[in-house]
Amino acid sequence: MRDFDFVRPATISEAIAAAAGPGSAYLAGGTNLLDLMKGGITAPERIVDITRLPELNRIETLDDGGLRIGALVRNADLAHDPAFAKAYPAVAEALLSGASAQLRNAATVGGNLLQRTRCSYFYDTASACNRREPGSGCSALGGENRLHAILGWSDACIATHPSDFCVPLVALDAVVEIEGKQGRRHVTLEEFHRLPGDTPQRETVLEPGELIVAVRLPAEAASFAAHARYLKVRERTSYAFAVVSAAVALVVDGGKIRGARLALGGVAAKPWRARSAEAALLGADADEASFVRAADVALADASPSGDNAFKIELARRIVVRALISAKAGTPERIPALPASPFSSIPGVRHDA
Amino acid sequence: MTTLPLSLTVNGHHHELEVDTRVTLLDLLRERLELTGTKKGCDRGQCGACTVLVDGKRINSCLALAVSHDGAEVLTIEGVAHGEELHPVQAAFIAHDGFQCGFCTPGQIMSTLGLIAEGQAGADPERIREGLSGNICRCAAYGGIVEAVLEAQQQLARTDRRTAA
Repeated sequence: MRDFDFVRPATISEAIAAAAGPGSAYLAGGTNLLDLMKGGITAPERIVDITRLPELNRIETLDDGGLRIGALVRNADLAHDPAFAKAYPAVAEALLSGASAQLRNAATVGGNLLQRTRCSYFYDTASACNRREPGSGCSALGGENRLHAILGWSDACIATHPSDFCVPLVALDAVVEIEGKQGRRHVTLEEFHRLPGDTPQRETVLEPGELIVAVRLPAEAASFAAHARYLKVRERTSYAFAVVSAAVALVVDGGKIRGARLALGGVAAKPWRARSAEAALLGADADEASFVRAADVALADASPSGDNAFKIELARRIVVRALISAKAGTPERIPALPASPFSSIPGVRHDA
Repeated sequence: MTTLPLSLTVNGHHHELEVDTRVTLLDLLRERLELTGTKKGCDRGQCGACTVLVDGKRINSCLALAVSHDGAEVLTIEGVAHGEELHPVQAAFIAHDGFQCGFCTPGQIMSTLGLIAEGQAGADPERIREGLSGNICRCAAYGGIVEAVLEAQQQLARTDRRTAA
């Protein structure tokens, strides 16, 4: 590991000033940053340890009923907060289906938004990767790519964003609170992550030195609590990244869908909000036929980026399953256990 | 080489150190403090062999920069037993043949202590399996661990009741 300066600012403005120069990296939980440094994928000259910054580890209810989650709140602490899990069950479910207990105890809310792709060519410094080294090419194209993107990819990059947490957050209109030299600004999570285009190395809208200070959920996000699920399918039952996941939140009244939110994980370089599918669900009967139609709409623009055409059909089925289980109602015990092909979900036939 | 002062309490012993900023908590424990019970497996947060409790919570010590944990209280496998008396989790691992080899077992026991402290799994074997899924043994010698955890939880609950009474 390359030698680096280590600074521990006492205030947010000191942190922003310390991280303004090139080659700086913020350190919070460190669970992704240290992994990347050990692999030589990133080699910061200066580490700005923000773990002691005051007031960033709080969960606060805002005057308008929204929720403000400090960037340094640990994933496990957020998921196990009873009031949080009750109001935003799909988010708690997503948090607890991510990584392992050890990692969730260290990883933070802000860091989760900034974790890098797990594309194996990004991690292998002997491979070409436009995201790691702009202009070098993409070894994933034509490589081992069965887990790569099916939506929003470009010829420059077919990697996916690995976060579970971000999937229900984007469905629930989460907003990222960012502080930089110019002051504070708010960006929706939907706009926060960028699709690869010709510049896959620019993964988010953050400018150099800018710091995520909080994530906000609007008051309306809690109105879906009775019918909200996060369903994740992975290659083993736990502790693996999603092959495909879906966050679903419904308001159901008299058999009709009065509110619908849908986002997919594991399918694109960002958490994928399926707005057209949401529109298809609104006002429809809350039944399987409507769910299948919505799934078709959600995946209408999908295309394989390699050996991954199966993910399109898998994603359709995960959307339908997630909608059926959301309609059946949020389980009493949140978080529910992670999805397993062998565990039963209320209302879901095993052959569905 | 950049060094910084670091103050750390490990298994109840206080240390004032000067450490290279690049040193992980795992390497500090093993190489500087000679506490080699905590194992270096994958060194990338995937296997759980390096699990320790920091301020009461289990983490992967391989992904923790030591200098970032100034002032922390660390518990390693060496600090779990009371003298010759095994901790109930250790005793239950023996009773139920929950041992993997010496490489994975310390991390499994530390992770089990974390799991029980988190209080989320209860007596549900599925949740115990999920809760311990960050400890991966490539020999897959997991047999007996769930039974050991269930018994240790009962044992600890009995102890708590006695203490309370």
